[in-house]
Amino acid sequence: MSALVTAEALVTVADLGIATRGDAVVQLVRGVSFAVAEGERLGVVGESGSGKTITALAITGLLPGAMTVTGSIDLAGTQVVGAPEGRLRPVRGRDVAMVFQEPLTALDPLMRVGRQVAEPLRRHRHLRGAALDGAVRAALEEVALPSDERILRAFPHELSGGQRQRIALAMALACNPRLLIADEPTTALDVTVQAEILDLVARVVAERRMALLFVTHDIGVIVRVATRLIVMRGGEIVEEGPADEVIRHPRHPYTRTLVDGARLLDRALDRGHLGGGGISS
Amino acid sequence: MSTARPRRRLPATLVLGIVLLSLAAGLALLSLVWLPFELSDTSGGRLEGPSARHLLGTDTFGRDLFSWTMVGTRIALLIGAGAATIALVLGLAVGLLAAFAPGWLDDATSSFLDVLIAFPTLLLAMLVVAVRSPSTTSALLSIGIASSAVVARLSRILAKRVLNEQFVTAARTSGTSWPRIVLVHLLPNMWQTLVVNIALLFGIAVITEAGLSYLGLGVPPPNASLGRLLQEAQATVLSAPLGAIAPGVVIVVIVLGANMLADGLRAHFDPALARNR
Repeated sequence: MSALVTAEALVTVADLGIATRGDAVVQLVRGVSFAVAEGERLGVVGESGSGKTITALAITGLLPGAMTVTGSIDLAGTQVVGAPEGRLRPVRGRDVAMVFQEPLTALDPLMRVGRQVAEPLRRHRHLRGAALDGAVRAALEEVALPSDERILRAFPHELSGGQRQRIALAMALACNPRLLIADEPTTALDVTVQAEILDLVARVVAERRMALLFVTHDIGVIVRVATRLIVMRGGEIVEEGPADEVIRHPRHPYTRTLVDGARLLDRALDRGHLGGGGISS
Repeated sequence: MSTARPRRRLPATLVLGIVLLSLAAGLALLSLVWLPFELSDTSGGRLEGPSARHLLGTDTFGRDLFSWTMVGTRIALLIGAGAATIALVLGLAVGLLAAFAPGWLDDATSSFLDVLIAFPTLLLAMLVVAVRSPSTTSALLSIGIASSAVVARLSRILAKRVLNEQFVTAARTSGTSWPRIVLVHLLPNMWQTLVVNIALLFGIAVITEAGLSYLGLGVPPPNASLGRLLQEAQATVLSAPLGAIAPGVVIVVIVLGANMLADGLRAHFDPALARNR
């Protein structure tokens, strides 16, 4: 697999291997190498268990303790593999931030969302008092949420799924990271909200010239945000290339099935029937 | 979504628990400023019945039972509150350490706690009192330390559960330090369950103190203790039943109050329970 290592690579993953520890060692990821350039938008596609999420998590150095990591991950000059907690903490938030699949579990259920957004702001930008309050409101407006008391004083369960994911995104963006990792951020949302969140992610990343690592199982979603694709299966990269090319001329049979699947669904939706029962409201 | 959060009605058990405990606390506070008779006052007749002078009558030595019950209530509440505080502080510290400790230390701590919990609290307290001499401090310390094992085990489980939540991982991806995570995310997500259990422990501590004193291992004379009042009234329970009934009723009021408080708090914290009410 040819790793596109350029001079301005923000993240360089080389020969990454992840295995479970214990009696039965299971190799979850093997020989994964790729790079994300500054400002580049990379999509990682694969089915459940293909190793895409733990690969993304490994970049933040936050894999569960029961896993062994081999190989090398260079994140903006910091070697993540084997690094002690103390060296990674300043990197997290500043160089990399993450948005998770299920925003309800990624937010503290007992903390008002205004305070949750304020947490990373006060830590990374050292804001207090009125300045902090203003920054929280600005952060909400950037993710297209009304910055009124109604939202600020709400608990996560009082918001809709889309609003929650916007809050999670605002928290990730608060520290202005150079790389944003989005792990299936739209999977838990319904389709119309999905599109809004995707557009929002694409817009914010472009505005801030941030690099994006977008992890998903849905090839239909990824073409909206990523310019380059990696296709993973069984813990290995099976195909890599510019998004257009991978989708138009998939070389690996697995990629072809993914693309065909997405096309079939699209066509069925266009014709307005699924299965034969039709779509009724 | 709605932000109009109408104040939920407090559960009836919570209100009743607070009322019962307030009654006992009121009696205890009153004893600090006013007593019908000094504890050492033996001017009453032997085993008198209730009268305007002696509201609950007198005991075998002619002492005013109401005064003794008031002071006994104060000491019971003091030991209950003190023991619960010790259990909370010590138990939470041990539980958090175990939750963050490496596997082998966590396992060792857990096994040790399980053994400690397997011993009845009264037996552990008796051991401590046997090593030290019976005193209010001994009773307080022994009950507090013995109860802390339960809090430690609970804290460890709660902490591990919260630490596995994704919002902790999310906080860590943005570079939050561990102390900050404990303060901002961990403790707020633990305290509801902890408070409920501390309320229960408070009631159990009061019973344990009464039990220790009944056996002569608790609060020593000249201090009053509900347990010792019960023990002293035992011989004359048929001729002067109030001597046993009065401290007994106070113990029941305190423990019932603590249990209802715990139950009510749980219902208050848990919206699912509240809906079914």
